[in-house]
Amino acid sequence: MTTSLLAAPPATPLAAGEAPTLEAFGLDPWWLILAKAVLIFVFLMLMVLFEIWFERRFMARMQNRLGPNRVGPLGLLQPIADGLKLPLKEDLVPRGVDRPVFILAPALATMPAFLAFAIIPFGPTVSVFGHQTPLQLADLPVAVLFVLAMSSLGVYGIVLGGWASASPYSLLGGLRSSAQVISYEIGMGLSFVAVFLFAGSLSTSEIVASQERIWYAVVLFPSFVIYAITMVGEVNRIPFDLPEGEGELVGGFHTEYSSLKFGMFMLAEYVNMTTVSALAVTLFLGGWRAPWPISLVDGANAGWWPVLWFMIKLLLTISFFIWLRATLPRVRYDQLMKLGWKVLIPGALAWIMVVATIRVLRNEGISTQQVFFAVAIVLGIYIVASYLWDAVRGNRRDAEEQEATAAERAGAGDSTGGDPMAGGYPVPPLDAPHYHGRNSTSKEVNRA
Amino acid sequence: MTPADVVFLFLGAVTLGSAVLVVTTRQLVHAALWLVVTFGALAASYLLLTAEFVAWVQVLIYVGAVVVLLLFGIMLTRAPIGRSEGLDSANRPVAIAVAAATAALLVTVVVAGFREAYVELGDPPAGTSGQMGASIFRTWVLPFEVLSLLLLAALIGAIVLSRREIQPPGESSDERPTERPTGPGRG
Amino acid sequence: MDGYFGSYLVVALLAGLGVAVVGGAFTAGRLLRAQRPTPEKLITYECGVDPVGEGWAQSYVRYYVFAYLYVVFAVDAVFLFPWATVFAAPGYGAVTLVEMFVFLGIIAVGLLYAWKKGVLTWV
Repeated sequence: MTTSLLAAPPATPLAAGEAPTLEAFGLDPWWLILAKAVLIFVFLMLMVLFEIWFERRFMARMQNRLGPNRVGPLGLLQPIADGLKLPLKEDLVPRGVDRPVFILAPALATMPAFLAFAIIPFGPTVSVFGHQTPLQLADLPVAVLFVLAMSSLGVYGIVLGGWASASPYSLLGGLRSSAQVISYEIGMGLSFVAVFLFAGSLSTSEIVASQERIWYAVVLFPSFVIYAITMVGEVNRIPFDLPEGEGELVGGFHTEYSSLKFGMFMLAEYVNMTTVSALAVTLFLGGWRAPWPISLVDGANAGWWPVLWFMIKLLLTISFFIWLRATLPRVRYDQLMKLGWKVLIPGALAWIMVVATIRVLRNEGISTQQVFFAVAIVLGIYIVASYLWDAVRGNRRDAEEQEATAAERAGAGDSTGGDPMAGGYPVPPLDAPHYHGRNSTSKEVNRA
Repeated sequence: MTPADVVFLFLGAVTLGSAVLVVTTRQLVHAALWLVVTFGALAASYLLLTAEFVAWVQVLIYVGAVVVLLLFGIMLTRAPIGRSEGLDSANRPVAIAVAAATAALLVTVVVAGFREAYVELGDPPAGTSGQMGASIFRTWVLPFEVLSLLLLAALIGAIVLSRREIQPPGESSDERPTERPTGPGRG
Repeated sequence: MDGYFGSYLVVALLAGLGVAVVGGAFTAGRLLRAQRPTPEKLITYECGVDPVGEGWAQSYVRYYVFAYLYVVFAVDAVFLFPWATVFAAPGYGAVTLVEMFVFLGIIAVGLLYAWKKGVLTWV
């Protein structure tokens, strides 16, 4: 939180171990660029295979099971076996589908996820066969905007896949999923703003460089929390995996997909998970910089070591996803939208304003302590007020709800079929006569 | 001609071609997809003119948000797969004439306005987010504030138009919108 | 391959590589997998029961309103990005802050209106 963070890093001549700036890019020979591009694909494919294995084993451990342990040592080859089996299955394209769009959709879901990885920095400048090169394929002055644009393109895979399938479950799953993704993308974009405020740039390499002294996850903790929630919603993982709510939508938008096309959607999901995790590491967790005690060691941030720190942070973020999946139940759709629009977005906007105001006050010469004191008072008032508000309103609402359900129960008790929308949510009529095999006419009615 | 010129001409052709396909295709959702191609090619043109911030905003807003909005709008109706007969009308010649006249007018204006103007492209790029911020918050503050009013008006308009559907349960008794598939025997 | 166009050429290269990988996977899949379609296999799966009627479902107008909110807030975010990058630079400060406050305030009125009208509540 010092002004030194503000100053744009000076244009440095290329030297091993130094944080690369925008000027350091584009000096590679063509073979190095090609090698980096291919490596990104290989890295992501390997990460996907590893994540599938890791997810199953790690979650099995949490649930006192063993997980896959038959194929290869520790079951390590299981995802490869699965990955080979899936494309070799027969690919069924149902008759009613819109063929070109049906085929285009999985490709559209996969491609942007891969592309976004172009701007993730894996490490500082290193020496490869005598060439000094940053461990990052490309850097753009608007790199983070590029990632957001790519993730907004990923929505097309979902909405088109759902539409082209000509199946009601697919269509509804696709719409639901895309509405969720776009809702959470706003929160995600807003959580970046505070980072840009501090870094003064949208370029990932400069954002990493500006975290030399302290990570943004510490300084901008609320932003980090908002990002951590939105990234889970953005990639449709538990607890926000409603598009695949099996109980209600079968498979969601990929119900009608099989074989390789289905595999593409799965691939996109895991690549997306890797991408948002890598972005979390880059923007909030110091990128490839060594964590605090290690960073005191001389040379911890030089050479190839940072790749190790980056990988450790990436894997910890991915473990967070898996931990969530093993721990949390799925939220309801209305809860999801409520969280997105009533908590995350207003919260993110308010937090941006707070950060910006503090910034201005500091520039005007008011000391940090005074600012923090004032902010603490305001926050305290807000928390107390919202608590009181909730307590008063919550009690009233609870009473109303109880009355309403009691009234509905009284009303529904005498009807034969039961209210399919009891309490506002569709439930099957559990007391319908045909469930007990008593009334044969109702069966016929049902079948008609 | 420099390579940039060739790419620019190519992108122009793609933009024009896909725009024509938007209005001539008989499949409703495909028209929206051709619109994506049009916007994408426009974004690539911006990129070529070193306006990278605007280019990615074009992708984010127009491709990522506006066309998704259009698709959601189409899917409110049947969003049919296959050809729709109602997509053509007898006004085709009139429409072509109006479109050609508009294009001619725009081309004339642009040519008359920028005949001799020449912008040197290349490094450093002229359209990074810092430069955009500088020009918005130093020069164009008023349009920026007016834009917020425009967005507000549009938002309120959309809410008012759709309001009949959105009521807490219990208030709407005439017809409850169903998200469940129509017809028996499903599920 | 340096400078502005160079970095985008690299991105284009990655995109080209991606298209090649996806296209290659589709081609390889087509060549390798079994293909014996029967009329039953080509029926829309839905949930396992034979489909009845046409394969479409009506969607809520609510989705449309959320897409609309998305457009508004995406535009909002897009203006916040350049603001955030120049904000801390000398010569901006309080005036720029107030300008953004006004902008966000007006947008927030829209969000509050939507909130009040119950648009944000999914029933």
